[in-house]
Amino acid sequence: MAEEKPKKRKPMIGLQPEGDVDWSQYSGILVFVEQRDGVAKSVSWQLLGESRRMADKLGAPLMALVMGDNVGDIAKEAVAYGADKVYVCDNPELKDYRTRPYSRVCLHVIREYKPEIVLMGATYTGRDLAGAIATHLPTGLTADSTMLDVDEERLLHASRPAFSEKMMATILCKQFKPQMATVRSGTFEALPYDENRQGDIIQVENVLKPEHLTTELLEFIRATDNVNLEDAQVIVAGGRGIGGAAGFETLKELAQEMGGIVAATRAATDAGWIDHAYQIGQTGQTVRPKLYIAAGISGAVQHVVGMQNSEYIVAINKDPEAPIFKIANYGIVGDWMDVVPALVAAWKKHSQKATANPV
Amino acid sequence: MHIVVCIKQVPDSREIRIDPVTNTLIRQGVPAIVNYYDLHGLEEALRLKDELGARVTVLTMGPPSADKALQQCVSMGADEGVLISDRAFAGADTLATSYVIALGIQKAEDEWGPVDLVFCGKQTIDGDTGQVGPGVACRLDLDQLTYVEKVESVDPETGAIVVHRHLEDGVERIKAKMPVLITAMSELNRPRRASLPGVLRGVRYKPIVWTTNDFEDLDRSKIGLRGSPTVVGKTWVPETKQAETVWLEGESTEAIAEELVKRLTETELPTKLGWELEV
Repeated sequence: MAEEKPKKRKPMIGLQPEGDVDWSQYSGILVFVEQRDGVAKSVSWQLLGESRRMADKLGAPLMALVMGDNVGDIAKEAVAYGADKVYVCDNPELKDYRTRPYSRVCLHVIREYKPEIVLMGATYTGRDLAGAIATHLPTGLTADSTMLDVDEERLLHASRPAFSEKMMATILCKQFKPQMATVRSGTFEALPYDENRQGDIIQVENVLKPEHLTTELLEFIRATDNVNLEDAQVIVAGGRGIGGAAGFETLKELAQEMGGIVAATRAATDAGWIDHAYQIGQTGQTVRPKLYIAAGISGAVQHVVGMQNSEYIVAINKDPEAPIFKIANYGIVGDWMDVVPALVAAWKKHSQKATANPV
Repeated sequence: MHIVVCIKQVPDSREIRIDPVTNTLIRQGVPAIVNYYDLHGLEEALRLKDELGARVTVLTMGPPSADKALQQCVSMGADEGVLISDRAFAGADTLATSYVIALGIQKAEDEWGPVDLVFCGKQTIDGDTGQVGPGVACRLDLDQLTYVEKVESVDPETGAIVVHRHLEDGVERIKAKMPVLITAMSELNRPRRASLPGVLRGVRYKPIVWTTNDFEDLDRSKIGLRGSPTVVGKTWVPETKQAETVWLEGESTEAIAEELVKRLTETELPTKLGWELEV
């Protein structure tokens, strides 16, 4: 049919593992430490925390990979958060994340040091990198896990929600090593920072070549409203029942009094009452604050999965049958419009401080 | 320019319910739709076609019934729709899927010329992995521009493309050289409705079907269930955490508020959070 023979193609990537396929040599867990401007993302430390437990169960080392420009301090932090070995690749070309150079270094480290499990945060960057690496190796990759464990056969059980959080499924990769997963931010707890912990910091040789630098970051425009729900200790959240943007101002007042921040359900952010950056739940952020006050939130599963691990939950809703009460430690049946201002007043009355002083 | 848009026909996951007796998914009666992030990829391809001139090929892997999804894309303005369909492709995970889609893109190049741009949705609403886009880019050695919320400029002469990538803490402006693969966020655009002539073209359109026999270099050990390294172990319906709810009641709202403040001060929260309260 074709008049001329199509030109010879480049061989397709990711069909066969390159190099060693003696999987018995693969040992330990490698965690990718994500950073921007020399600050690591909390999810990286959360992953080290959960992986410490699994590495001990496997009797294998916990490794971290830090890439960036001038990231020696992050490598030390990784030790303090639980890593036994930290591989560091310090290179001005790695200052900002770009898929190709980052995956080159990551592939090199995986092939050289042979971890049996590789984990990353299910952030935009983590998903971008993990998808490229798993295909390149090739190996199996589980997305957006919320439960992790290892069994006696050293298999990683990565469990994740499916069908809008209506089901959970455990995914296994028996055929290849390393077994890979991305993990939802806010799901696990980091270990306490311990600067007395000992670990090795190992410099990774520079494997980058000019041909790996194919894309150029022109500019990073930081969001003006940089909302850090993940690390908030107190959250006052509103849902459909809040009814408008003005209501969130009332919630914000309570949040500020208590040293916390305001948040919302998808219904409220979709309605445009508050920015999507404040959204908690399946398609937003997962949080585990010390105190979560839910006002005008019915408690749909897609929201509950994002906040059910909060230490104390207070629910305020007009409907005593609202599902949110099932997970609430304290339930108040009533209109948030009356209850929240009353709470602000009661708080002010008992507070020893003249003004609010957020933690 | 030749633009390939990868799409998937998915069950509308918002409509899926769990059978309370068997704890399994009820799929019956759930409408099949084009994964909506993919429609944003298609819209961007059609916008570039309108502005710069391009051939738009839509590619999907799926059962024969996925021809409806391709007809919808053609009704919106795509030039061709290709259905990669064969029982041997069934049961594929993201790794096996990216292999077949990559083969499909290579074959589309043979048929209709070199590909400059590939669009995928940022993820599907049934799988929610977001892994197939990066997988396809990796296999074809294309630069991947994921989570794109704006295509700022495309220069067909130099091949330069500038896009905005969405991140948790801001937006990146990235410059790359085509061919590249883009995964689309819903912020990218607003997908068009098909025009009346478009609808007529769509319903009459018979998608091109490629089976395993159409791919010369196909490695059968890399497709379908056999080519998929991940397997599903157990599945279960998660139980939401239950708490012993203490109901706070009182004469007035003020009294209830007082009661809550009192209860909270009795916990370890004031110590942990540095609250200075006197009750």
